[in-house]
Amino acid sequence: MRRIFKTHYNQDIDLFRDGIDRNIYCGLLVILLLLPLSVGSFWLGEISYALILSITSVGLMLLTGFAGQVSIGHGAFVGIGAYANAVLLTSGLPLPLSIIGAVVISTLVGALLGYPALRLSGLYLAMATLAFTFIVEHVFVHWESMTGGFGGMSVPAGVILNYSIMEGVSFYYLCLLSAVGALLLARNILRSPTGRAFVSIRDSEVAAQSMGVNLASKKTTAFALSAGFAGLSGALLAHRIGSLAPDAFGVLLSIQLLLMVVVGGLGSLHGAIFGAIFVSMLPQIIAVFRDTLPDSLAQQPGLEPGLFGAILVAFVLFEPAGINGRWQKVKAYFAHFPMHRKATFRRQKNFTKSERFR
Amino acid sequence: MTLLNVRDLTLSFGGVKAVNAISFDIQAGEIFTIIGPNGAGKTTLFNLLSRIYRPTGGEITFDGMNITNVAAHRIAKLGIARTFQNIELFEHASVLHNLLVGRQAHVETNVLQEMLFLPSVRKRELEHRDVAERVIELLRLEHARDELIANLPYGVRKIVEIARALCTQPKLLLLDEPSSGLNPEETHDIGFWIRDIRDDLGITIALVEHDMGLVGRVSDRVMAIDQGQMVAVGRPDEVRQNPQVLSAYLGIPS
Amino acid sequence: MHSLISVIVSGVAVGCVYALIALGFTLIYKATEVVNFAQGELLMIGAFVAYSFIVLWGWGYWAAIAATMIVVAVIGFLIDAVILRRIIGQPQFSVVMLTIGLGFVLRAVGTMIWGTSSLVLPTPFAGAINVGGVVVSSTTLSMMVGAVFLCGAVGMFFGLTRVGVAMQAASQNQLAAYYMGVPVKLLFSLVWAISGGIAAIAGVLIAPVTLVDSNLGFLGLKAFAAAVLGGFGSVPGALVGGVLIGLLEQLSSWYVTADMKDIAAYVALLAVLFVRPQGLLGSVGRKKV
Repeated sequence: MRRIFKTHYNQDIDLFRDGIDRNIYCGLLVILLLLPLSVGSFWLGEISYALILSITSVGLMLLTGFAGQVSIGHGAFVGIGAYANAVLLTSGLPLPLSIIGAVVISTLVGALLGYPALRLSGLYLAMATLAFTFIVEHVFVHWESMTGGFGGMSVPAGVILNYSIMEGVSFYYLCLLSAVGALLLARNILRSPTGRAFVSIRDSEVAAQSMGVNLASKKTTAFALSAGFAGLSGALLAHRIGSLAPDAFGVLLSIQLLLMVVVGGLGSLHGAIFGAIFVSMLPQIIAVFRDTLPDSLAQQPGLEPGLFGAILVAFVLFEPAGINGRWQKVKAYFAHFPMHRKATFRRQKNFTKSERFR
Repeated sequence: MTLLNVRDLTLSFGGVKAVNAISFDIQAGEIFTIIGPNGAGKTTLFNLLSRIYRPTGGEITFDGMNITNVAAHRIAKLGIARTFQNIELFEHASVLHNLLVGRQAHVETNVLQEMLFLPSVRKRELEHRDVAERVIELLRLEHARDELIANLPYGVRKIVEIARALCTQPKLLLLDEPSSGLNPEETHDIGFWIRDIRDDLGITIALVEHDMGLVGRVSDRVMAIDQGQMVAVGRPDEVRQNPQVLSAYLGIPS
Repeated sequence: MHSLISVIVSGVAVGCVYALIALGFTLIYKATEVVNFAQGELLMIGAFVAYSFIVLWGWGYWAAIAATMIVVAVIGFLIDAVILRRIIGQPQFSVVMLTIGLGFVLRAVGTMIWGTSSLVLPTPFAGAINVGGVVVSSTTLSMMVGAVFLCGAVGMFFGLTRVGVAMQAASQNQLAAYYMGVPVKLLFSLVWAISGGIAAIAGVLIAPVTLVDSNLGFLGLKAFAAAVLGGFGSVPGALVGGVLIGLLEQLSSWYVTADMKDIAAYVALLAVLFVRPQGLLGSVGRKKV
């Protein structure tokens, strides 16, 4: 077991807990940087997809996992980012600017939704964001002059310095850069006052307020930030799928994104990444699964969403802390190896605590 | 010097007057206790002072400034901090994290600076940490610094809540039943700490308390309220012998 | 003018069915504090099961309705007894995710058993009657009458029967009800059964209008919008919200464009929530500190 001896406050403020952690993460980054040398284009594409998803996942984690505001509407922000990027590219803006534009637009929309939404809480907020998804989808379908409606909209190839980024390796690096950047920004926010304010809002709004947290401004900030992250990932996703159709950004995507943070483990950035990897690999996992099933069942059309739901149910029932929670348990098991106590993580028996205000 | 002045403060929910035209003032540097039977409106009064409720009438003046209509999140910055009757800590965060939230009123960096973690952010963080560490030292919370609140026993949580309030560096500290749920020994310690906070840090304290032993030990002045109205105010022993107070508590007609 | 009235009538009729689904949500929420996002899927299963009874096995309409009600009620009972009971005390968010997941599973089961094509559920309600110069089809009428009848029955059940009163007690204060000898867990499962039964009827009633396929599940979201619009946890709110949303849909497709129908409910919901965050008839709650 590793013991950390703290000699300066900076050790609690720094990005990494200690040298070992720093080396692990830097090593991981080096591996990711060298990946195109050893991995074929199919897997490179899949990993790019995981990186894209992890950007939204981190954003949604900030909002839902840390600030405690449930959003069933993040698919819409991803869509806004994707369409904004495509529209800006079509209008002749160069690539980096179009992505930045997409992020700015979705951030603004997020703030616009967040501001009135901050008066809502819990279910009402979830419902409002759900309604927002439906409305945005409707706009995508019917604003044909801008989005091409159901006919779809092709995304112009992104070019940086006469070098097409649509090609596998360079697109991979763009995704990696964006994902690492997003992660770094999120980590910075979490270790500074704004991040602490988010957590305080999640755990007790009254106390947060009495300690000087401006609920309105912090909730709007959380909404805007996570919408911005979703917008960035949408802009990249647009390049991956090539042609945008409105129904790609509906309720199903939103729920898939929520699945990501729940399965990953709420309240941790590790969880956000785990969840993104899991969801991006889900089609592969299901494909493997399908091969083992009898044909009559495997060819059923509803299998994929059904498994999707079953996984969600299984996680909530058996591992509410998500993949990250499982990971912590495994780590703790090895850290205490022979002295492992079974009851360490036993869930406490609970009674329904009313969340209704009476 | 009068630190807090309350004039005709009233709050009615529908037809019920939870707080009915209460007036009192708290002098700088005193320990002022509010007592009263259950449902008398003590906590409601605190909620009015910390602006969680909006009064339907009356005026609150704090440190020469009318705070009747100030937003709740600005109260901490002005110098009023509070604790809660049933503990409102941030359950899934460490003690240190909770204390640092107490510094929220003094944050001067914005989210863009924080996103990039500019050196100015680090500098401020170190200052906040310094304040938090002083409070940790004062209340002897070193052992719990990195523990999650969810893993702490009730007594320690009570102390952490006081610590969090102290981190806002208040002029006036509102303690809502600091001894509720504590055993006699812990209650005794709380008594010492309340005096220490006043004597060493010069912070004025208002508390709501049921434990009459503790009230007698720490209070300079006591105010008794019943059914939203003030019944008596004065030195602890005076108020305790006031016939109206006795009748409110024991139901003896005065 | 008459066409406007008939638009209003059909809006109210669809709204009645929304109100029924919303009623199911609200009952479960009031009793057990679980937000059941799978309510729409229960309705879908109800419609499918009724189709099986009537078309595949040739049962009579009324017998099929009764049997469908029982089947879906049992499903509802089992969902609570087997799954939801295990996560009592978990935060509401987990419960919401759980019921969303359940909804997906139910929809998948539905498509696996009954396929993806839209099915037609035959009803004995044919023709139309003339009410004061307005022609109302029997199907429309059946939706209104069915909804009103069911609401009345539920109201009587909760007000007049021992079990109903015990349920009310349990929803006010679980622990106290438990101490008074009320079998709280069993009652919760029963509430699920009742709300499953209501959903089944709603599915049968709305089937002639929408056809029966797995998309019926999405009606649940609209009904959820209705429940929130009316103020979550308030039974009159759910009913008013349901009827309002049905009406708004029809009117917007009449006055604006046909596809406004799909989002009218949500636009209305957002507009109402931003003005009245607690919904139309909800009460403002505040956590006690």
